Amino acid sequence: MTTNGSSSTLPKPLWLLAELTYRCPLQCPYCSNPLDIARYQDELSTAEWVRVFREARALGAVQLGLSGGEALVRQDLEELIAAAHALGFYTNLLTSGVGMDERRIRAFKEAGLDHIQISFQASSEELNNFIAGNDSFRHKLEMARLVKHYGYPMVLCFVLHRHNTDYVEQILDLAHALQADYVELATTQYYGWAMLNRDQLFPTREQVERAEATAHHYQEKLKGRMKTLYVVPDYYEDRPKACMKGWGAIFLTVAPDGTALPCHAAGSLPGLSFPNVRRHDLAWIWNASPDFNRFRGFEWMKEPCRTCPEQTRDFGGCRCQAYLLTGDPANADPVCSKSPHHAALQQQVQAIGETQTGAVAPLIYRNFRNSKRQMGGAAPD
Amino acid sequence: MSAPEPIIGPDTVPRLSPMFRLQWEEAQGCHVLLYPEGMVKLNGPAGEILKCCDGVRSVAEIINDLSARFAAASTLPDDCRQFLKIAHDNQWLLIDPA
Repeated sequence: MTTNGSSSTLPKPLWLLAELTYRCPLQCPYCSNPLDIARYQDELSTAEWVRVFREARALGAVQLGLSGGEALVRQDLEELIAAAHALGFYTNLLTSGVGMDERRIRAFKEAGLDHIQISFQASSEELNNFIAGNDSFRHKLEMARLVKHYGYPMVLCFVLHRHNTDYVEQILDLAHALQADYVELATTQYYGWAMLNRDQLFPTREQVERAEATAHHYQEKLKGRMKTLYVVPDYYEDRPKACMKGWGAIFLTVAPDGTALPCHAAGSLPGLSFPNVRRHDLAWIWNASPDFNRFRGFEWMKEPCRTCPEQTRDFGGCRCQAYLLTGDPANADPVCSKSPHHAALQQQVQAIGETQTGAVAPLIYRNFRNSKRQMGGAAPD
Repeated sequence: MSAPEPIIGPDTVPRLSPMFRLQWEEAQGCHVLLYPEGMVKLNGPAGEILKCCDGVRSVAEIINDLSARFAAASTLPDDCRQFLKIAHDNQWLLIDPA
């Protein structure tokens, strides 16, 4: 099947996440982009992206996420959508809505865009704009109405953390009023910017329990009309998530400068070679590169994962979380109660909870100035 | 919801919901339904039935067409009706009265 000496059982990518740019008008302090966004300013050209789409499609990818940063910043977005559509991708635009207007929504439709997901920061103007670090709430409402008007399926995404978890009811009422087909109450994942701001963002157990109960209530109440997805922050769980459904199993991310990664947070892991689509074709990157094989399958596992009967279900959890919390990405994700680091994580979680009533440090917003500061001024302007 | 559950009778005309896109996926070797950030793989008969749900043909016509194309097993009409019910329950299909 491949010429790289690999077995014929190699998985195929189903998902290509194209992070078209890290430029973004918003500054959300939980952004999943890496801290060193300022390093990625040499963006792939239109022609380079189209080649990436073609190579990913040939490998079997069918879902394409057009993301960022803010994908709308790319003035060639219409062209990229048209090319991806012609290749047979199901095209998903993941956007803040800032930079969108009716003209572009119509042009995207004509280009073959299948779905628009708009992210909101909260259900109220004040909190939304505080978290986003800009004045975007009313515009988002208007864009959501237009997305429905043009007949797209609409997913609304709300990233939850301590400052908005108490408003899940208002959030779901807003989503229902906007006729969302699907609402993703996305728990903040603590990597990158969110990790930097973790102690200011992490919700209490009581907040999480209330939010979960509210989400379940709406799932019942709006059954058949609006689907609501809610996941408890995994720090409060004792079984790890099946992160990316396994390393190099179905997900492929390409960063703005062409760096290919098995997940959008993997750039923070040590010991990876970061293959770039400018120098290698995607078939080599996916099938043969050391990075995509580093944690593929089960051979890399250490105890307790190596002999764990649950390894085929959760793949040992998340490599990035294992690295961030234990210093070794080949360790079991410490969310797992079988991990020797699980007790230490629970102590950290408790300590974060206890600081909540006292004074906390201000949020560090995600922008290029703060990125350069985090990188120690190493990046060029 | 106050409207009664529509019944999939011979005269009803099913069509694919605009939430879904149906296509053949070479890499999967089957027809798939694509929707925001997701995919359903369809077996052979399911793919053939959904392809017929064009908002023009009635259930009776779909069953006739499929029976003519495939050396029809006697269970084809029942299998077809059963799958249409499942597809409708999953909101893949919208049903318009004839």
